[in-house]
Amino acid sequence: MRVNGVQRAATDDTRRLLSDHLRHDLGLTGTHVGCEHGVCGCCTVLLDGAPIRSCLMLAVQAEGHDVTTIEGLSRDGTALHPVQQAFHECHALQCGFCTPGFVMSVVGLLAQHPDPSPVEIEEGIAGNLCRCTGYASIRRAVHRAVELSTQGERMTGRQ
Amino acid sequence: MSTRWFGAPVQRVEDDRLLRGHGRFTDDFGDGALECCFVRSPYAHARIRSIDASAARAMPGVIAVYTAADLPFGGVDLPLLIPHPNLTHGRTQRCLASDRVRYSGEAVAFVVAESRYVAEDAAELVEVEYEPLPVVITPEAALRAEHLVHDDVPGNVAAEMLQEVGDVENALQEAPHRKRLKLRYERAAASPMEGRAVWARWTAGDRKLTVYDSTQSPTSIRGGLAVLFGLPESNVEVIAPDVGGGFGPKIMLFYPDELLVPYAAIQLGRPVKWTEDRQEHFTAVNQERGQVHEVEVGFDTEGRLLALSDDFIHDGGAYTPYGIILPIITAAQLPGPYRIPSYRVRFRDMYTNATPTSPYRGAGRPHACFVMERTLDAIAAELRLDRIEVRRRNLIQSGDFPYYLGVAWQDGNTVVYDSGDYPTLLARAISKLGPRPAGDHVGMGIAVYVEGTGVGPYEGAHVQVLVSGKVVAATGIPNQGQAHATVWAQIVADELGVDVSDVEVTSGDTRRFPWGVGTFASRGAVTAGNAMHVAARMVADKARHIAADHLEAAVEDLELVGGRVRVKGSPDRGIPLSAVAVLSNPVRYAFGGGTEAATQFTAKPREGPPLRDGEQPGLEATGYYSPPGSTWASGCHAAYVRVDPNTFRLEILKYVVVHDCGRVINPLVLQGQIEGGVAQGIGGAFYERLAYDADGQLRNASFMEFLMPYATEIPAIDIDHIETPSPLNPLGVKGAGEAGVIPVGAVLASAIEDATGIAITEMPLSPLKLFELSR
Repeated sequence: MRVNGVQRAATDDTRRLLSDHLRHDLGLTGTHVGCEHGVCGCCTVLLDGAPIRSCLMLAVQAEGHDVTTIEGLSRDGTALHPVQQAFHECHALQCGFCTPGFVMSVVGLLAQHPDPSPVEIEEGIAGNLCRCTGYASIRRAVHRAVELSTQGERMTGRQ
Repeated sequence: MSTRWFGAPVQRVEDDRLLRGHGRFTDDFGDGALECCFVRSPYAHARIRSIDASAARAMPGVIAVYTAADLPFGGVDLPLLIPHPNLTHGRTQRCLASDRVRYSGEAVAFVVAESRYVAEDAAELVEVEYEPLPVVITPEAALRAEHLVHDDVPGNVAAEMLQEVGDVENALQEAPHRKRLKLRYERAAASPMEGRAVWARWTAGDRKLTVYDSTQSPTSIRGGLAVLFGLPESNVEVIAPDVGGGFGPKIMLFYPDELLVPYAAIQLGRPVKWTEDRQEHFTAVNQERGQVHEVEVGFDTEGRLLALSDDFIHDGGAYTPYGIILPIITAAQLPGPYRIPSYRVRFRDMYTNATPTSPYRGAGRPHACFVMERTLDAIAAELRLDRIEVRRRNLIQSGDFPYYLGVAWQDGNTVVYDSGDYPTLLARAISKLGPRPAGDHVGMGIAVYVEGTGVGPYEGAHVQVLVSGKVVAATGIPNQGQAHATVWAQIVADELGVDVSDVEVTSGDTRRFPWGVGTFASRGAVTAGNAMHVAARMVADKARHIAADHLEAAVEDLELVGGRVRVKGSPDRGIPLSAVAVLSNPVRYAFGGGTEAATQFTAKPREGPPLRDGEQPGLEATGYYSPPGSTWASGCHAAYVRVDPNTFRLEILKYVVVHDCGRVINPLVLQGQIEGGVAQGIGGAFYERLAYDADGQLRNASFMEFLMPYATEIPAIDIDHIETPSPLNPLGVKGAGEAGVIPVGAVLASAIEDATGIAITEMPLSPLKLFELSR
């Protein structure tokens, strides 16, 4: 599988969860594990661009696919991805444990709906649990991420 | 240019690494460590006939299996953390149970293996033969005492406490109106997104134990491990790295793993890590909130309180490691912001065959607030008075402070409210709430509350200006998302005249600051915040003294501004803080960083030895703050809700909060604390319920069935603040961590009753519960 654009060796452990493989075999500990039964969304990563629960997938099932984790969104030393930047500006994280999962869900949401309606935003983040923020700041962050993404496209001349 | 950081909406400095996936949570450490799995009791109450771990031990990849018989401390009761004279029958569990289990989830054996997968497989092979015993699962059943949780605790009563202010019996007799209520609050779970985790390594040559622990109190863990293993405290390092939410239960110590993981690391000579899974978190981590109250209230025809008597039982769970702090807080906080001329409260702390209890955000207060506010609603209903008016007539007035309640508080003192303005809170909340929305099935709810915050005994801080001019600051209490790295930096930056970005904060790492208590009870801003202020002020004072020699100016004429110490009124006469840091440490060898300026052949600014008597090198200081008593925050929440008459779906149309936590350090951070607290309160009031059955089995120990709210359940919260500074501490701050959660149950009960006409006497509610109550 390709992880954050890099081809990585497959695991031969057929029952290894993708979340454990990412965290403990590849050292990508930004993907968190909150429930291991697919409800909390902390372990959300992108599989071929779409958000999935990495705790509900075996690592071997991801063979041949592109996986993007939180570490793949912006390189160290470079600017934050617009969704990350928006979470920062809107104080949309406290302890930070659910944050990578939320950020990946929102990246997936905006890839599908670049200008989401309030209902689409609500649905887009309704698969992730946060115990700290009460979600209000996360909703604000999604709106801000849309603004930042739009500005970024204007600045780079893309439509 | 000088900036006042205190009070500014400074964006968080800790976000970048958390957003890039570079957080450092306990399970992120320790690759290559041995991994562990517990064998836990499936029974709520049983005698253990035998434990056979031989098959597990023989499994390839298994390194060790520990039962109580294998531990030198296997027969030792875990610490009773907070003894109290009224806790006549305190009981704590052992690290691993050997003859009796008293709640489902109690640890029985501990497997250490090459990987978590192997450890879980091996745990399945540990054969434990149980003889099930009768189960006591509710506090009412405990009171009936048909069965005992502990054979040597008569009536299942761990503690009883009676307090009375005034003559309640007489006042009730003479009251024009009297009313009795029975009110019930069920157990709840904090459910931080990160479960608990511990990683330990032992460096045999140095006899040094290093423990990473997702705890709210690394300093106390350090103290306890030093005692258990007979090590000097300086040989034990405990670090709470990033902690993924705490909300109370992570203050408990010790959970069995907090001893077993370090013990195994020492025994096996290899790093050992245990990470909890969500299912075991539901039963192995402490819970709270179960209480049943019987209230009798006397009041006059205007709705004024004359006397209140409350007799309640508290569901303590199977053991009492945290003493009786929870019912003490409930008893103390029940009167809230209301004047009650005669008040009597009795509680009994009951053993049940359920997970032990210890504070969960709110800690005894949501239930206290629920009882008081339900009582006021009942008075309003009885007298056909407006609910808001009844509250207004009973509020303590702003001229009444300090207000002596005369009831015991959790710090050993009695309750004294230091400051507040409750009538303004109520008026502002009503104004913000606005007119009732149109439509049927709409209800209004309101509650006013106080919260004793900033409990002692103390916290400390270390602040140092480096020769680079950057500042490092450290405190013993850890951070679980409260933005300590930002708010402590704001406090320090103000005193030292530097930018927030120049201050790097470490919290919860005993290597950097070994003393202190912990993050709990809305105490961080008050205790550690003021300790930061004290330490930074000491550093500033030291900088002025050193600079005074250098600048040949009087100490009192100097100020710290823009990273420099300068003469007031002559901003050009100054010296950078970096240079002061160099001068603070007279050296023989110039090792870089400008230190040649502090060597022996450079000009001496003064006569005498380089360090005078009593002087210490380094531009640093350690300061402490120990509060004389708690400082009392307060607030008013109000809401409009709509309840669907057919499905009983709850829609929160508007939710307003007016809050007073004294001086606000950072309004962004405060808003997040309040919003998150209210959301947790809404979850606890209407969605989350720990569904224990009669056998003591938690039937919904997963996020599939324990319904923590998603974004779809939580409305926007409209927040406003007033500031009545605390007279008790230099910064004038009060705690805010628990405020959001406290009155939510009371507000929603009142609003739902108003909307539906269904009498609400219990928490939590749910659509199903409302349906049942409506029939």
